[in-house]
Amino acid sequence: MQASPKPKIFIGTGTCGNAAGAEAVLDTLRQELAKNGLTADIVQVGCIGLCFAEPLVEIVKPGRPSVFYGNLTPEIMAEIVRDYLAGDNPRPDLALGTRGEGTIEGIPRLFDLPVLKPQVRIAVRNCGNIDPADIDHYIANDGYSGLARALKMTPQAVIDEIKKSGLRGRGGAGFSTGMKWQFAHDARGDQKYIICNADEGDPGAFMNRALLEGDPHAVLEGMLIGAYAIGASEGYIYCRAEYPLAIAHLKVAIEQMEKYGLLGHNIMGSDFSFHLHIKEGAGAFVCGEETALMASIEGSRGMPRPRPPFPANQGLWGKPTNINNVESWAHASIIMQKGADWWASHGTEKSKGTKTFSLVGKVNRTGLIEVPMGITLREIIYGIGGGIVGGKKFKAVQTGGPSGGCLPESFLDSPVDYESLAAAGSIVGSGGMVVMDEDNCMVDVARYFLTFTQLESCGKCIQCRWGTRQMLDILEDIVAGRGRPGDIELLQELGQAVKDGSLCALGGTAPNPVLTTIRYFRDEYEAHINEKRCPAGTCKALVNYYIDAEKCAGCGICLRACPAEAIRGGKRLVHVIDQAKCIKCGTCLEVCPAKFSAVARVSGEPIKAPAEPIPVAGKA
Amino acid sequence: MAEAKQAERTASPTSEEEIAAKVDRVLRAFKGEKSELIPILQQVQQALGYLPEAAMCQVARFTGVPECTVYGVATFYAQFKFVPVGRNIVKVCRGTGCYVRGAPRLLDELEKLLCIKDGQTTPDMEYTLETVACFGSCALAPVVVVNDRVYGRMTPDKVKALVGRKAGQ
Repeated sequence: MQASPKPKIFIGTGTCGNAAGAEAVLDTLRQELAKNGLTADIVQVGCIGLCFAEPLVEIVKPGRPSVFYGNLTPEIMAEIVRDYLAGDNPRPDLALGTRGEGTIEGIPRLFDLPVLKPQVRIAVRNCGNIDPADIDHYIANDGYSGLARALKMTPQAVIDEIKKSGLRGRGGAGFSTGMKWQFAHDARGDQKYIICNADEGDPGAFMNRALLEGDPHAVLEGMLIGAYAIGASEGYIYCRAEYPLAIAHLKVAIEQMEKYGLLGHNIMGSDFSFHLHIKEGAGAFVCGEETALMASIEGSRGMPRPRPPFPANQGLWGKPTNINNVESWAHASIIMQKGADWWASHGTEKSKGTKTFSLVGKVNRTGLIEVPMGITLREIIYGIGGGIVGGKKFKAVQTGGPSGGCLPESFLDSPVDYESLAAAGSIVGSGGMVVMDEDNCMVDVARYFLTFTQLESCGKCIQCRWGTRQMLDILEDIVAGRGRPGDIELLQELGQAVKDGSLCALGGTAPNPVLTTIRYFRDEYEAHINEKRCPAGTCKALVNYYIDAEKCAGCGICLRACPAEAIRGGKRLVHVIDQAKCIKCGTCLEVCPAKFSAVARVSGEPIKAPAEPIPVAGKA
Repeated sequence: MAEAKQAERTASPTSEEEIAAKVDRVLRAFKGEKSELIPILQQVQQALGYLPEAAMCQVARFTGVPECTVYGVATFYAQFKFVPVGRNIVKVCRGTGCYVRGAPRLLDELEKLLCIKDGQTTPDMEYTLETVACFGSCALAPVVVVNDRVYGRMTPDKVKALVGRKAGQ
């Protein structure tokens, strides 16, 4: 492909790219090419994971390494077309990095950048490199060679290969994928099903979306291999409706597979026949739980049921069913392409391979990353993520979404693997990783997660339905300054009861964010309860804003910006916030010019401000 | 790369005949099996903007699923709405990435701007304000979605400009 005389331009138009303005950049690119009388092949690709630098374009000129440009605006795009495509100046000042053979002076190699160097891209191997809507691109990158290899093996040999790789479920619990396939293979039944769990409900996580948008065939090939191994003739992809682009790409991919004979009867000339359906979720977090998900496919309320019987024996419509996460399927396909030994050479003794994470929150370089298991949190947050935004102080990293926990600084050098995170009270989960800094209140974060799980509890188990409600009420009281001594112990007791008394993982893990924040940030709870003070200054009921009379220049900016009209003052008068009217939105703090920095936010401290506007110091 | 379908919404129909006709058109593509219930409800909502009682009863007759079960399924899932929605749907993400990066302030701003609360519709039926668990665009947090178009790295000021511009159209 690289040998074509025309330049090739890859532009990331996944959901992230579009949200950052890729469509406008693409329009400009087309217009500028036309204006300069140039032709080029434009390929719209998925997310390469450098979301912080979106919109992102990669330009391949014949005989040169390709050049990546990030943070594009239509204006910068126009400059690049003029200088590098019409002219021959690669604009090192605007470039992020190069890829491929050769070097360009002044531009580093992309994969030598700290954000990419520690990464090993296996599940997301093709994301950002191929057109996800073109099956030929996938096939050109060894796609479906894993299926071809599997079809020449016995189903048992395929399962043995997956077992040998040591692959563990990438959706959260980390159960051996090979074992799971074995159970479904061994189960008796005239009809068996395969399901891809793409109901990525964890707030703060988007690994599966990026994978489905950027390389749907990697997942679908894995499903075909799994179906052949367990003897399933039908499969479902349960994808949440919030991912319209992922669903669109899956539909295109399935059409192409049908055209290429990769779905239907006698696939690749073998006896293996398989049909695939897409089911759109309807907005219920609990449907990520396998029995709830199957109830939803069947057209019912998505409520979990007791296990056993396990889905491997009685799953969808009572038939043996194997259900795996999007990322697990993408790993299964490459394991069959490249072999279990190659795959297992990454990762640790017990946690093999690589894992994708969505690195978000208060880090400088947010994005989708894939790292070998066993890497430390510090390498991820400070190496790949480039540290905390604005040079602030790291406080916690939340892994595993509403089922996981918040880990403090002392865990930064812990390895990221199933066992280590579980020992710390959190989980690897599906891969959400939200970084928090000194401005995030951990009691408020616990309250946030519980608000979520409380809302999403299906209501079947009373401990989950009412226990989370009671816990949330206590947390609401604490952040509102109504906390009482004994609340912490009560939260712990209730948390244990919810864990013990819930049928599924939603209730079984819902107290984790509360319990881990109590374990590692107990001082913050105590400050809220005993001193009515929020150390991070985020709990509205516990903070006050005032204007420092020594610093205020009487410029009037805050007075005009205050949405509650709570600020009084006048020309050359020190402005005063009326505490009774103040809604504590923080607008005044934000708009006060940096040269004055006169607005202060305090919690648990007296307000040092005059009651009425007085003349500005030195201007009387 | 395929484009995500952009919602082109007109105001929800109000007359019984119009609702029945639109539901009928949706049902033609289905066989009437119970497993089709959620996809049917999704398409009915796509056509009407919400699920009126009459439409749910019509779906119950078509699938042979009791009316109470149809209602039970519909109310279980956050996606389904039971009151008409406005021509523009503004959604604020309440995912973790957005939350720690200031999404609550975007919601405050929108509630103030549109004079409605989360889940409500302006009296002129121009705007419906909603929150959604997570859009999966966390790396560009906080995000706001207007009529299925995702806007990343939002601030209260940008939200004002976004909705203000739409309101001025």
